Amino acid sequence: MTAVLTAPQRAARRRRTLVVLAVLTLVVVAAFLTVDVTGSWDYALQQRGRRLAAMAVVAVAVAVSTVLFQTVTDNRILTPEIMGFDRLFVLIQTVGVFTLGAATVTTADPRLRFAVEVVVLIGFGALLYRSLFGRTERDVYVLVLLGVVLGSTFTSLTLLVSRLIDPNEFLTLQDLLFASFNSVDRQMLALSAVLVAVVTAGVWRLLPRLDVVALGRDTAVGLGVEHRRVVNRALLAVAVLVAVATALVGPITFLGLLVANLARQLLGTHRHAWVLPGAALLALLALVGGQLVLEQVFGFNSSLSIVVNFVGGIVFISLLIREPRQ
Amino acid sequence: MIEIESVTKSYGDVRVLDDVSLTIPTGGITSLVGANGAGKSTLLSVAARLVPADGGRVRVDGMDVATAPGPVLARRLGVLRQENAMSVRLTVRELVAFGRFPHSGGRLTAEDHRLVDEAMAWFELGPLADRHLDQLSGGQRQRAYVAMVMCQGTDHVLLDEPLNNLDMRHAVQMMRMLRGMADELGRTVVLVVHDVNVASCYSDRIVAMREGRLVAEGPTAELMTPELLRKVFDVEVEVHELAGRRIGVPWS
Ligand SMILES: Nc1ncnc2c1ncn2[C@@H]1O[C@H](COP(=O)(O)OP(=O)(O)OP(=O)(O)O)[C@@H](O)[C@H]1O
Ligand SMILES: [Mg+2]
Repeated sequence: MTAVLTAPQRAARRRRTLVVLAVLTLVVVAAFLTVDVTGSWDYALQQRGRRLAAMAVVAVAVAVSTVLFQTVTDNRILTPEIMGFDRLFVLIQTVGVFTLGAATVTTADPRLRFAVEVVVLIGFGALLYRSLFGRTERDVYVLVLLGVVLGSTFTSLTLLVSRLIDPNEFLTLQDLLFASFNSVDRQMLALSAVLVAVVTAGVWRLLPRLDVVALGRDTAVGLGVEHRRVVNRALLAVAVLVAVATALVGPITFLGLLVANLARQLLGTHRHAWVLPGAALLALLALVGGQLVLEQVFGFNSSLSIVVNFVGGIVFISLLIREPRQ
Repeated sequence: MIEIESVTKSYGDVRVLDDVSLTIPTGGITSLVGANGAGKSTLLSVAARLVPADGGRVRVDGMDVATAPGPVLARRLGVLRQENAMSVRLTVRELVAFGRFPHSGGRLTAEDHRLVDEAMAWFELGPLADRHLDQLSGGQRQRAYVAMVMCQGTDHVLLDEPLNNLDMRHAVQMMRMLRGMADELGRTVVLVVHDVNVASCYSDRIVAMREGRLVAEGPTAELMTPELLRKVFDVEVEVHELAGRRIGVPWS
């Protein structure tokens, strides 16, 4: 048995953990920016800086969306990605290119494109929540299965529609879908950064209430939290953040799961004011550190999501096995 | 005052609450008794706006619980459910401190901290304050949940089987504390109990339910009769007077 720490001791340890995470992240970021620069420093810093910015935006989006989703659904295993949010996003883009043509989609105002995609994701999230998570009796295994089914349905539909697309247009679609940190569009990046900043700032005011929502619906209502309102706002934020992350780099299914659970474990609390920064730092650490190791040590270039999904997948399965059956 | 007016509730085809009307006066302890599945928890949940009624309404101090703003109601009405499992891992102190949320909005003042310590002391949770809930025994955990509700400091308290898992000493302590709250602070306490003798010894009024309906309600002395107990529980019970209290002894 671990020794029982008092509340101030716990707080001190939490603070220490967060500081260590921040320092580690800084070190990795500095290494990422400076290691092995050949030729012009200006150019290298600019290139790497942009990739770093993309990773930071994705890290925050993934961390915040996963933690919020898990809080309002009162579970620690399912994430928006596991429930098929990101693959639905891919499907929407594919259907868009198919019905409207690649030219229309790529020349359209990215803000408009984004707005349409987000609205569909919000609808999906609301439907999912009302029909599944809102109920009292539920089985996490059924939900996982449903996520798998939804995800593969979206993927199959995407494949089907992309077969029907004109080969030239398909190339454009590929560019849209298989974005990576190396090829992030500057305008898109700016838009994403603003969106993530605005949403995160909006979420910040919800944090004390989210701490209560995490105790379960009935306790939260008993303590006077307007549960439905908080849940709706959180789901709205989740939809926007998942859309941003997926638009920037495509699906990284298990990153959120990994960092949300690790943050709760390391910090020893469920309080959002701690868990959100912790999870975001961990996500950035994983993305930047992973990219650095892959590039410098193994000479690979863009297989980070494979590694993240491999590790994350293992964690997912172990969480699932440990979940006590109700 | 809690006014329950013609409340109905069904799950599928099953009527769990059938036109229940009841007024619980301000101040004093009211015990809700009835067999398993009689609808006690459902009635309490509807009154605490945890479950929406299909028909009828509940008012607390004149406010309709279905429409009153959550934070306002939470400063008037506290509720303990029968089951309290949570998926987050909390220490006893953290849990009890959540009782202050309706007042502090998550930022505890010195006064809040004092009330948290006081509630923990009352339930002898001091030595356990920094333990996680999953490291406690069932009765210790139950005391922590009740302490949270008490910490909320509301005029009306609804408790669903607060004596669950408690040993004799802690059960008596809990009932004495509720008695004190009712007598000295004028609070309104409604609790579900399965032991009719606890209801008989500590409460001012008894409300008896059976199959979703109200069977009887009134002052404790009037309701502690063999006839009524048979009607409510389907068991033969002798009622004896013991040191001025009515004690039911079931036999078969
Ligand atoms: N969510 C639900 N779905 C379907 N039926 C339910 C639900 N909750 C309760 N019931 C049914 O409603 C009836 C009343 O349940 P309730 O929990 O109010 O009983 P109770 O009087 O509190 O019983 P106990 O003494 O066992 O706690 C029971 O028959 C129960 O099976
Ligand atoms: Mg019950």
